[in-house]
Amino acid sequence: MTKSRTHYLNVNHTVGSWLFTVDHKRIGLMYLGTILFFFLLGGIAAVLFRVELMTPGSTLMESETYNRLFTMHGITMIFFFLVPSIPAVLGNFLLPIMLGAKDLAFPKLNLASWYVFTIGGLLGLGSIIFGGVDTGWTFYTPYSSTYANSQVILAALGIFIAGFASIMTGLNFIVTIHKMRAPGLTWFRLPLFVWAHYATSIIIILGTPVIAITILLVAIERIFQVGIFDPALGGDPVLFQHLFWFYSHPAVYIMILPGMGVISEIIACFSRKRIFGYKVVAMSSLAIAILGFFVWGHHMFVSSQSMYAGMVFSILSFLVAIPSAIKVFNWTATLYGGSIKLDTPMLYALGFIGLFTIGGLTGLFLATMAINIHVHDTYFVVAHFHYVMVGGMVMAFFGGLHFWWPKMTGRHFSEMLGRITAVVIFIGFNLTFFPQFIVGYLGMPRRYHIYPEEFQIFHVLSTAGAAVLAVGYLLMAAYLFHSLILGKRSSRNPWKAIGLEWTIPSPPPTENFIDTPVVDYEAYDYSLERAYEDDEEDHS
Amino acid sequence: MSSPSDHHHVMPVRTYLNVFGALLVLTVLTVVVAFFDLGPLNVAVAVTIASAKAYVVLLYFMHVRYSNRIIWLTAAAGFVWFVLMLALTLSDYATRGWLPYPEAW
Ligand SMILES: [Cu+2]
Repeated sequence: MTKSRTHYLNVNHTVGSWLFTVDHKRIGLMYLGTILFFFLLGGIAAVLFRVELMTPGSTLMESETYNRLFTMHGITMIFFFLVPSIPAVLGNFLLPIMLGAKDLAFPKLNLASWYVFTIGGLLGLGSIIFGGVDTGWTFYTPYSSTYANSQVILAALGIFIAGFASIMTGLNFIVTIHKMRAPGLTWFRLPLFVWAHYATSIIIILGTPVIAITILLVAIERIFQVGIFDPALGGDPVLFQHLFWFYSHPAVYIMILPGMGVISEIIACFSRKRIFGYKVVAMSSLAIAILGFFVWGHHMFVSSQSMYAGMVFSILSFLVAIPSAIKVFNWTATLYGGSIKLDTPMLYALGFIGLFTIGGLTGLFLATMAINIHVHDTYFVVAHFHYVMVGGMVMAFFGGLHFWWPKMTGRHFSEMLGRITAVVIFIGFNLTFFPQFIVGYLGMPRRYHIYPEEFQIFHVLSTAGAAVLAVGYLLMAAYLFHSLILGKRSSRNPWKAIGLEWTIPSPPPTENFIDTPVVDYEAYDYSLERAYEDDEEDHS
Repeated sequence: MSSPSDHHHVMPVRTYLNVFGALLVLTVLTVVVAFFDLGPLNVAVAVTIASAKAYVVLLYFMHVRYSNRIIWLTAAAGFVWFVLMLALTLSDYATRGWLPYPEAW
């Protein structure tokens, strides 16, 4: 084709054409820009407190500043980066295409969700600019109520508003998946990426209203002096933890399930095999979504929660390990006998499997009541959830970003730099967080920056790892940015993958499909000829 | 992508008025019951009346009664999840007193 082919990026160049777009692909890219800004912000906070943590004393900052930095890191990374990362960027971009649709069911609602998210994000940003929050990302009462002396209301309002953006996206995805599948695309022909997003959307819709209402209750208590969480007014601070974790444990699955969907796509493509036990993997997403709501009390074993409730929550938490393990074993079984290619996305996917497994298994330690009491609120917990969130979700996000980068931008990144960076990030990640398991087990509590000298070596290792990790991220930013301008143009199917998104040009035209596709094959059917069909005519 | 259900169920104004009347009656009932001390039944009765009101609103004002099965499922899921939240939270509050607290900690 000639270089004059119109696609969703060059169809219109004005700022207004972006700000008022209803094209799911453009909205996905706008989300990408927004969340990367928050990723940078959260990352800067992390670098600052990691430097402070190199010494046992207070060298760079006061405790007040330290508290505000780790809170800023937690809030921006969780609410403004991880929760929207894969659904709002890759999900937005890919879901309609994977279904053979021209857009999401409610394109304007989709645009509205970006605005709502941005408003929430700006309020969150405002809370940082006007002095920050010192409660930790969990906003536990009474830190966030009776004893609050920071921008709690502003930050909470930002999260409250951003929550509605999540709900809009989730609703949009559910309706689109139900109503807009291409002819022949039955439920069990859907890519596992779609199944994962379906399960995620269910959690978002059932869970997010609860955190919104909880935040509202904190505000009502403060403004109208109604006793809800404050014992002086007849309330109960532990009730806050119940309501908070009712959303925030499932939110872990809001963050990890889309990542699991990405991993399924990558593993299938780079082992050139159908995902082993496709139906079970699809169903395990739903099982995680539902079981994820039954386990929140495992965060509260030392909160004065009844021991009997603790036992129930502990057993239920063990149950969630089953569908998660099903996924890990099925991915591994898919690799077995596959013709594996270690391209950049695959390196991230393999990293995900190993790191998520460590993160998940240490979760079982923490769900065991007796062990939990020993390591509660220590760096063991910090290491555990970073293995899930960064080792799992961020790895999956970057794996997916690399996998679909040629589709989204029409350009190739440098495969060599891509692989090197993936390895740098893997090493940096483990160097940062593995020592934290050890120092946590030895008794280092989280959220303190002054600590006994015998812990220093672990903190120095961890800070060194964070530096390596930062180099990895900066390297990635550099070559991805470079590829936008000077990257080789991509064909329609550079990875020779199976899936509707690889049947349309890169970058796709605004309407995605000129003719509605008909799907008469199963997902990941790598025995199909078309997987190897070269499409030279698409090079420009 | 035409909109799936173009035939909206149109409800007569009469139905709305009946539902409104029922809600008023139930509200009065709540107030009246509040004057009698039913002991442990106080909460049970209040919650039952409130649930009945919510159910009527859901069925008629929110049109769930005339909607397809997926809407029923959605409404039911919301309700079940709410009950789940209460039940597991109460698993804490209801059992806190079962064990004597240790003398020293
Ligand atoms: Cu949890």
